[in-house]
Amino acid sequence: MLVLTPLLVPLATALLCLLVPPGWQQRVSLAGALLLLLCALALASQVVGNGPLTVVAGGWPLPFGIEFAADRLSAALVLIAALMLNVVLLWQVGGSADAAPAAATLQPLLHGLVAGAGAAFVTADLFNLYVWFELTLICALGLLALGGGLRQLDATLKYFVLNVVGTLLLLAAVALLYAATGQLNFRALGAATAQLPASIALPLLTLLSLAFLIKAAAFPFFAWLPASYHSLPAPVLALFSALLAKIGIYALIRCLSDVFHPAPDLLFNVLGWIAVLSMISGALGAAYHWDLRRILAFHSISQIGYILLAIALASPAGDAAAILFMLHHSLVKAALILTAALIFHACGHYDLRRIGGLYAGRPWLSLVFLLLALSLVGIPPSSGFWSKFLVVRQSLVQGEYLWAAAALGVGAVTLYSMLKIWLEAFWKPHPDESWQAPARHRLLPAHAALGGLVVLILSFGLLPESLIAYVMAAADSLRGRS
Amino acid sequence: MIWAVALALATVIAAGTYLALSRDLLRCLIGLALVGNGINLLVFSSGRLLSQMPPFVAAGAQQLAVAANPVPQALVLTAIVISFIFLCFSLVLAVRLLQLAGSADTAQLRAAEPAAVDAVKPALEEAA
Amino acid sequence: MSPRALLAEVLLRILHPVLLLASLWILLRGHNEPGGGFVGGLLAVAASAAMALTLTTAEARQRLPLPPPRLTALGVLIALLSGLPGVFAGQPFLTHLWVTVPLAVTELPLSTVMLFDLGVYLAVWGAVGGYCLSLLATVEEQQ
Repeated sequence: MLVLTPLLVPLATALLCLLVPPGWQQRVSLAGALLLLLCALALASQVVGNGPLTVVAGGWPLPFGIEFAADRLSAALVLIAALMLNVVLLWQVGGSADAAPAAATLQPLLHGLVAGAGAAFVTADLFNLYVWFELTLICALGLLALGGGLRQLDATLKYFVLNVVGTLLLLAAVALLYAATGQLNFRALGAATAQLPASIALPLLTLLSLAFLIKAAAFPFFAWLPASYHSLPAPVLALFSALLAKIGIYALIRCLSDVFHPAPDLLFNVLGWIAVLSMISGALGAAYHWDLRRILAFHSISQIGYILLAIALASPAGDAAAILFMLHHSLVKAALILTAALIFHACGHYDLRRIGGLYAGRPWLSLVFLLLALSLVGIPPSSGFWSKFLVVRQSLVQGEYLWAAAALGVGAVTLYSMLKIWLEAFWKPHPDESWQAPARHRLLPAHAALGGLVVLILSFGLLPESLIAYVMAAADSLRGRS
Repeated sequence: MIWAVALALATVIAAGTYLALSRDLLRCLIGLALVGNGINLLVFSSGRLLSQMPPFVAAGAQQLAVAANPVPQALVLTAIVISFIFLCFSLVLAVRLLQLAGSADTAQLRAAEPAAVDAVKPALEEAA
Repeated sequence: MSPRALLAEVLLRILHPVLLLASLWILLRGHNEPGGGFVGGLLAVAASAAMALTLTTAEARQRLPLPPPRLTALGVLIALLSGLPGVFAGQPFLTHLWVTVPLAVTELPLSTVMLFDLGVYLAVWGAVGGYCLSLLATVEEQQ
């Protein structure tokens, strides 16, 4: 039953939020999020203690029943999702610092999004994975369209069209895989695809990977991400960037390790170059932009490139690096977006050309930004350093010198755009000389949420041993590649 | 039979793709819905079109006799509902966008991403 | 919708409950024969939509048991809850249970599957019905 809580708890909370009187909505929502966090912690400790947990819905015999399974990878991602939901809801309590407008559907949609993501992380059935992708997509669309202004709806349209193409490709791949093997369960598929001739297996795997790469916003399919993310309110944006692309990456890892093993080398080779191009195009896009949210959105693409690069190394150590990078990126990128929301609160704008003087006006915020930015760039001893270190070291060990060089070079460009934010938002005086930092009105929940996140990221960077041991074990439990 | 289905599938998906590439908002969304329905047909035919008997267990019997494969039918039902939801959503989205933007040309829709006026810097957006 | 169609209006006031009863019959019939929550729910939607077309959307909305979003949420919640009795019986989630309640002359077969189907029925009625009514309402506004 514990395996199903990442789906059931947020889904039930979303439904209850719709049913209770409006005054009770926030309480129900917070209680549900807290319960989810407890369940995710229990799930992680069970998985670490007793190994993977599985349950088959309805008690149907395999391979017909829909199986749910949680291993270390799933448990870690569910925990991150639960954590981010709590951070975002806490931020939303104050209703300040670019919080989402209070609509009756906001809380149900946030919980629905997490339910879709959580279920995608624990399902062990390919068609079921498709269903959870769609639930996530529907909730994401609802959240994007929430304001109802032209700007929001335009962003929604772009998000919708490109993501629907992704899910349609996924559905086509699922149908063709079923036609070829007659299986949908991951384990049964793993056994069945090993018997397929390469002339059938390779096109199927390519189609499946293509769908997941669109979802993961990899080069050249990333257009939906920078076209839509900046129209979101900050807490929702933080949840999006922590979860949505990660589902695509998670599905890619699963499909390359469980569904198809061993996947052909050609695919990993192509994936590596896609990763390098994602890193470069994301970093260059970020260097071009001046809007804080757009800079951070483009950085997400570049960071996704690093994760894909680690996956393309096709080794247990590469997988471990990818998982560590996913966890690091979810936390740090969300924290940076929330920091940007506090900058917005202080200056009233997200564009670097309109803001400044925050080093004098908000010294603590400067310190937090500096810590997070250094972590994103990968300066030791931060969480980003350990993640990038593992990726680059493993590329060098496996003799992929060009990939390693690209990873290091992109790090320098990342440093440039972080420096740009630092110089423009914090160091330079505010363009309007009469500007004064406004009072910190109703900001306590926002400060608490960001503070908690920063403490977590710092401890991640200073005490990485247990976490690295965890992701190594998680990568070893992915079957078929060693 | 399977060849006729394959031909129908290819036609629907090709027509849908053609429409989806259009710059007209409604054509684009209807094209996507068509592709979705084509792929639903693919899901339906993925269990092979062997028997035309519906998969119902006859009264008194304990298991399915000669009948169609029920799994793709269950899958396609789910997929149809999902594509129906997306069609509903996209139509409402299109109606609202047409009302707000006053144009069905997707190339004119730049509200979320204004075109740059400066040669080296992006457009400065007003505070949201 | 204008212009008024008197005959249709009078007829629909009688037909509306009949249609809803028919949708319930299809819901229950789905136990062993073609039918079920989804189809039944769609018939209920048809009843609501016919109401909105001949009278007004406000009238049709009034005749829903709950506002559409809450009706949908209640339906999905019932469907989720129908999976819980199996868990308490020590089976995996969504394992369905059947009981037969003996009555004086006949017996009443009950199952958690029926509860699930009822949830689907309400969810479809709420979601698709609410969608139809709000679209029709925008047409009404324009007239």
